[in-house]
Amino acid sequence: MCAFPGVENPGDSIMAAKPKLYYFDGRGRMEPIRWLLAAAGVEFEEEFLETSKDLEKLRNDGSLMFQQVPMVEIDGMKLVQCRAILNYIAAKYNLYGKDIKERALIDMYVEGVADLNEMYLFWSISPPNEQAAKMTQMKDKIANRYLPAFEKVLKSHGQDYLVGNRLSRADIHLVELLYLVEELDPSLLANFPLLKALKARISNLPTVKKFLQPGSPRKPPMDEKCLAKVKEIFQLK
Amino acid sequence: MAAKPMLHYFSGRGRMEPIRWLLAAAGVEFEETFIDTPEDFEKLRNDGSLMFPQVPVVEIDGMELVQSRPILNYNAAKHNLSGRDTKERALIDMYIEGVADVNEMILLLPISPPAEKDAKITLIKDRTANHYLPAFEKVLKSHGQDYLVGNRLSRADIQLVELIYYVEEIDPSLLTNFPLLKALKARISNLPTVKKFLQPGGARKPPVDEKILEKARKILKF
Repeated sequence: MCAFPGVENPGDSIMAAKPKLYYFDGRGRMEPIRWLLAAAGVEFEEEFLETSKDLEKLRNDGSLMFQQVPMVEIDGMKLVQCRAILNYIAAKYNLYGKDIKERALIDMYVEGVADLNEMYLFWSISPPNEQAAKMTQMKDKIANRYLPAFEKVLKSHGQDYLVGNRLSRADIHLVELLYLVEELDPSLLANFPLLKALKARISNLPTVKKFLQPGSPRKPPMDEKCLAKVKEIFQLK
Repeated sequence: MAAKPMLHYFSGRGRMEPIRWLLAAAGVEFEETFIDTPEDFEKLRNDGSLMFPQVPVVEIDGMELVQSRPILNYNAAKHNLSGRDTKERALIDMYIEGVADVNEMILLLPISPPAEKDAKITLIKDRTANHYLPAFEKVLKSHGQDYLVGNRLSRADIQLVELIYYVEEIDPSLLTNFPLLKALKARISNLPTVKKFLQPGGARKPPVDEKILEKARKILKF
């Protein structure tokens, strides 16, 4: 009935359909969603935008509430906005804590990770002559604000997971970030033994292990070719 | 008996205002400690119990929360303003993240370089009129109900109405073609808790002016 994107169509029997991800073939803002689905053991499909025309088409279809991607078709909904998508997946697969207080902690940790991810995203599309300074700033924040804060959480309770002594999205998003930090500069992790242990532990979970292997939906770092494609698709300068 | 939440921020809208709106709409009385000087800010940051040395900070229910979203999510859930199930919540989250994107543009406007300001205002007006407001009008039209989600009040209504007030401050004519949004604004504004918040003397903060901006700049060092 209601063809509005994001609202379930009654009568559609798409109970066990795999989630479908709409984005370009690269990390960008979709990667945390890929990590979370994979860690939760959820198989998904991807439709890659190759050109600005593909994005136009999605927009004209009425599939994108705010004319933006990422978009994920899941359980009869066409969800946009990363946090809406991630929150839904986390709740559905019990990765969001057992009560609102655990969730508050998880949210706080996840938002810290998101801030750093955002810095990285903007760095990757900034003009080459600005990148060195931005990278220095980012590394400073990583080493002096973010990693110490998370190491401190793990130290404070001595448990294997960030919140509630069990796996949550916070662990997954943080470990995704730790992989990124390692790509930027492995030495940044040197003084954080508990974070390194968390990374090893999460990486060893069967679902995550599978995702980390070649041939999985995990995307590589952006290269020149991908950057050019992104600029065309989103009409960036 | 739980202590009232304590908000730590400077005395201005900034990133704390949506939290004030939500708490007020939920009928929660709160207290505010205003950061008036750089020394106040240093003291808060060096307190040792902040996860990240930044504001907003809200002390609530034995926690010291930083980051707007954890604070908003916690309070919305606590006061049943996050929908009845994960699907309603997904819609609510989608809508409020759209609102947050526009709020971010408006928030950063006063601190953009003067040479860029006009272009940014044009962008805000264009996006609001052509992407965001139509999207929300369409939601209301699609189900004809009084609230955005689930036929009952949620944080989506409150946060959208807050945005509508800001849009009106920029240019009232932007709302001309959106009768359902105007009706939502009137309806939400009439809720007793919101009405109280909107009255002079309520916790609501006025628009940014040069004085507030200079103070914020000095304190938060941007």
